[in-house]
Amino acid sequence: MDRFVFLTVDGLSRGAVYAAFALALVLIWRAARVVNFAQGAMAVAAAYVAYSVSAATGSYWLGFGVAIVAGLLLGAVVDRVVMRHVDHASPLNPVIVALGLVLLIQAVLGMVYGNEFRPAEAPFGRSALTVGGVAVLSPYDLFVFATIGVVVSGLAWMFARTPVGLRMRAAAFAPEVSRLLGVNVGGMLTLGWALASGVGALAAMLVIPTELGLHPHAMDLVFVSAFTAAVVGGLDSPPGAVVGGLVVGLLLSYVSGYAGSDLTPLAVLVLLLAVLLVRPGGLFAPVAARRV
Amino acid sequence: MSAPDLLVVRGLVAGYGAAPVLRAVDLTVAAGTIAAVVGANGAGKTTLLRALSGMIRPAAGQVVLAGEDLRGTPVEQLVRRGMAHVPEGRGVISELTVDENLRLGGLWRRDRADAGRALDEVYELFEPLARRRRHLGHQLSGGERQMLALGRALVGRPRLLLLDEPSLGLAPRVVARTMALLRQLRDRTGLTVLLVEQNVRSALAVADQGVVMSLGQVVIAAPAARLRDDVDLRHAYLGF
Repeated sequence: MDRFVFLTVDGLSRGAVYAAFALALVLIWRAARVVNFAQGAMAVAAAYVAYSVSAATGSYWLGFGVAIVAGLLLGAVVDRVVMRHVDHASPLNPVIVALGLVLLIQAVLGMVYGNEFRPAEAPFGRSALTVGGVAVLSPYDLFVFATIGVVVSGLAWMFARTPVGLRMRAAAFAPEVSRLLGVNVGGMLTLGWALASGVGALAAMLVIPTELGLHPHAMDLVFVSAFTAAVVGGLDSPPGAVVGGLVVGLLLSYVSGYAGSDLTPLAVLVLLLAVLLVRPGGLFAPVAARRV
Repeated sequence: MSAPDLLVVRGLVAGYGAAPVLRAVDLTVAAGTIAAVVGANGAGKTTLLRALSGMIRPAAGQVVLAGEDLRGTPVEQLVRRGMAHVPEGRGVISELTVDENLRLGGLWRRDRADAGRALDEVYELFEPLARRRRHLGHQLSGGERQMLALGRALVGRPRLLLLDEPSLGLAPRVVARTMALLRQLRDRTGLTVLLVEQNVRSALAVADQGVVMSLGQVVIAAPAARLRDDVDLRHAYLGF
């Protein structure tokens, strides 16, 4: 029972990161109809910026803040300089370009920082606090939950309640009509890329200290899990991405806890396959709306 | 008609590929009047509206709105110059609520207080929309959708309203109500309307000016009453 509680909390903590990363994928998918395969590499690049800043200044939090800003800027640049110029006639084109970006970013990071693991600092302790003899949450888990909770609710509020959120949704659903109504659709697209990439950078900052450390490929497996989470929830559904992230986090935690960590990559793929076979639109696929 | 011309189109050439759909269209619409563009399928009516609102870039020609040349103005800026385009199929965003669709029509405006007033006026004008504020676009009937598209354009308080096939797929009673509303808006607020219609009779019944297009050109522009009542003209240009 103790073990079950521990695995559940650990799964939810990892799942929260997957949720944020999946949410970033969904944001770009909804706005641009592109699955951003480069998101892991972009997030790692932001984490390296944080590493440099923290190393130079000795301040973890300054690096943390700079990583988010770097993520936002990198997203905007990738949209303006690269993705905007890709011909979307075939859905494969942006995928290939994104994969090219992955190679480019990882190669550059390898050249600048070297292809070895660097220790990543965690701002809070990672040993679990015990409640009534049961190991439950570490301060770091609490930090992860709180940060992601704030970011996800902030995004939800922005999309649902603010004028800029309304513009972004309108631009994603009906770009042509939105332009006729005075919405700067191109600007909204760039903003979507920036936000998604900022959330991706945040997820990387949160997950890398819990893994082997900072490395150009540090987010590769996280990307696979988050992509599965996004597909489980339905690529069009932000709440689906959050729930999907938590589901994938729990699944991986149970599989690795009860069946061995060798099986976790396999478990992700089995889940992905099962969802694609049974509900290809994802668990949260909206009822098909008639296009008018 | 002594009113100044709000819209002047000269030698407009536009299309989608190598062969232009519009071949040198000339057109003027006086301020505070309703102009109806009629003509067979493929005459270029919808293309004309799309070229006016910048949805397609004209290859040649000039579009002047209230004395201002619109050449090179990005689509999203036209609404700030006073032009509202309600596209074919009306462009209600199905995934947004009625209220969100309407608010979207006024988001560009700096004068937030007046944007709010305009929203209230639209809800007064289209009472069924007020009862369905929180419904999604795809839950509306065809008539309600048209109210929503029209209302959304009006929230921006346009000077010129471009309407593409407002009668498409609607019951005759709804069409009659829409046409009456356009006339009412013209008389009350001085709105200028350029509408494109397949339904020649109802279009000419409401319009001040009739414009007949054929094969991408304007073949005749005349007072709507003349086109309606002159049997020879009707036979020659409208085929009935």
